[in-house]
Amino acid sequence: MKGQFLSNKLGIVKNGILTSNPTFRLVLGMCPTLAVTTSAFNGLGMGLAATVVLICSNALVSLLRKVIPDKVRIPAYVLIIATFVTLLEMLLKKFIPTLYSALGIYLPLIVVNCIILARAEAFASMNKVGDSILDGLGMGLGFTLALVVMGFIREFLGAGTIFAGSLGDIEFGITQDAFPNYKLPDYSLSIFVLPAGGFLTLGILMAIVNYISDKNKEKKDKEHEAKLHRALEVAQAVENANTQKEEE
Amino acid sequence: MAKYIVSSSPHITSKTTTQKIMLDVIIALIPATIASFLIYGLYPIFIMILSVGCAVTAEWLFNLVTKRQQSVRDLSAIVTGMILALNLPPVVPFYVPMVGSFFAIIIVKMLFGGIGRNFANPAITARIFLVLCWAGVMTRFVNPIDLSNGMNLFSYFENVVNINLPDAITSATPLAGVKEAIEAGGNPAAGLSALDMFLGRIGGSAGEVSTLAILIGALYLLIKRVIDWKIPVIYIGSVVVFTAIFFANSEYVGEYVWTYLLGGGLMFGAFFMATDYATSPKAPLAVCIYGIGLGFLTVIFRKFGSMSEGVSFAILLMNIVTPLLEKITPRIFGMKSKWETNGKKIGEWFKKVFSKKQKSEEKEAQNG
Repeated sequence: MKGQFLSNKLGIVKNGILTSNPTFRLVLGMCPTLAVTTSAFNGLGMGLAATVVLICSNALVSLLRKVIPDKVRIPAYVLIIATFVTLLEMLLKKFIPTLYSALGIYLPLIVVNCIILARAEAFASMNKVGDSILDGLGMGLGFTLALVVMGFIREFLGAGTIFAGSLGDIEFGITQDAFPNYKLPDYSLSIFVLPAGGFLTLGILMAIVNYISDKNKEKKDKEHEAKLHRALEVAQAVENANTQKEEE
Repeated sequence: MAKYIVSSSPHITSKTTTQKIMLDVIIALIPATIASFLIYGLYPIFIMILSVGCAVTAEWLFNLVTKRQQSVRDLSAIVTGMILALNLPPVVPFYVPMVGSFFAIIIVKMLFGGIGRNFANPAITARIFLVLCWAGVMTRFVNPIDLSNGMNLFSYFENVVNINLPDAITSATPLAGVKEAIEAGGNPAAGLSALDMFLGRIGGSAGEVSTLAILIGALYLLIKRVIDWKIPVIYIGSVVVFTAIFFANSEYVGEYVWTYLLGGGLMFGAFFMATDYATSPKAPLAVCIYGIGLGFLTVIFRKFGSMSEGVSFAILLMNIVTPLLEKITPRIFGMKSKWETNGKKIGEWFKKVFSKKQKSEEKEAQNG
């Protein structure tokens, strides 16, 4: 019983990260996904900020789910989310000003982020507080994962750096300083830090995720079919045995 | 009694295959290739070999990895590689055509389902990808090779990996001059000769400079009926018209028109890229909209855009619009036109409403 409880709770978190990943499977919150992921560090910051807001708003919406009248639920959700975003904005401005300036307008825009509103509407308003917090955690981590992967690819291909600004600006390979008299060619594919590269990366990643999930589904279907087939065979065998007995 | 073979339609079959069409396009591209060799030496040929080789390898590898039927034999990868190479500046580092070919074949063509299913022309999309990646390399053009000046056909091979070309060999394209003229208000054709531009003795992309060579190739395609005359003619015609309209208040309208016609990739784009089967509409009305849209966008990009050339962006945008244009279908033989049936429906609706009104009025009159 306890094991089932635990796996149930884990399932909620796993659902957010993998099975219905907000970016690749639900295709929610595309605006920050495309705009902020020019570097992995920005993606990480944006993802974590959204996760914090998501957990807090899911908890509060879930607590108030019986109090909020149905007709004014959307304004109520927006009010709750806006409160947490304002708090977060002030905290970031005070303690991590670099991230605050890097995220710019997209930080206050978390208020209208589809993922947060969608989880409040679809999950938190119908489930208990504990489950809602776990759902917020899973969805937030899924969003963060997607943003970091996208940011990593775009930054690596477009600017030639890995987590720039977070690992003390380590440069790999040959650097310009080694050749003072010769200007090294710039091989970076700068389209990837432009908006067009964001769409390109997102499209290709989404295609890969769809391919993998289709493959998994096919596998499961085949297993299911094989099971059914076996059960049918067994039933047939039993029936044959029965008829033989009757004949005897 | 004679024997009749009963079969379902289609009854008329043609011997045309994708392979034959692609072979015709390759033959039509040969004059432009020879022109690029005569103007810029052997380097553009080296770039073309790299580009074609990478395109074919990319398609072969993709089919191998995804376990699809090998489609290299339809020659379309060779055409894509050739068009891409002719679209590049004559002197680019060796990795530029390689990256471009891989992008064109794998991302634009194969990921969308292979030949005939690409949403845009692979070569033009790859060119735009490269322009956005290495703007410096892709907008730096060189002078034609001058054999009397101590240069030989291998002169440009010194720059195989060098991304920064020395200033001595770079040249401005005619369109860059036109762009400056738009901003400064001078004569756009100053220092240009129409004959040089027609023959290709100017700076520009390897395959697009010689209008003569392109027209020879295009004539071959038109005679073999590989392409239809409508798209190129409407495209080029609308560029002329829109240039005349947009520069109507300038005193050099005529100069603007002929520099826009002969400079840049207009001719090459109109005959070889805008006419791609998979990405251009078929119905007459749709073809008109497609061609006029291409001309309009080209002039808009050239006059107001930050770059001096706009053909590639215009073709990409109209390629994306093509699925919408394909909804305009020609009238099916024996059926009434859409206008007629829709008009009839509207007429019936009016009749209904009117008769209802009349009836209610009559009722009111009776009641009253």
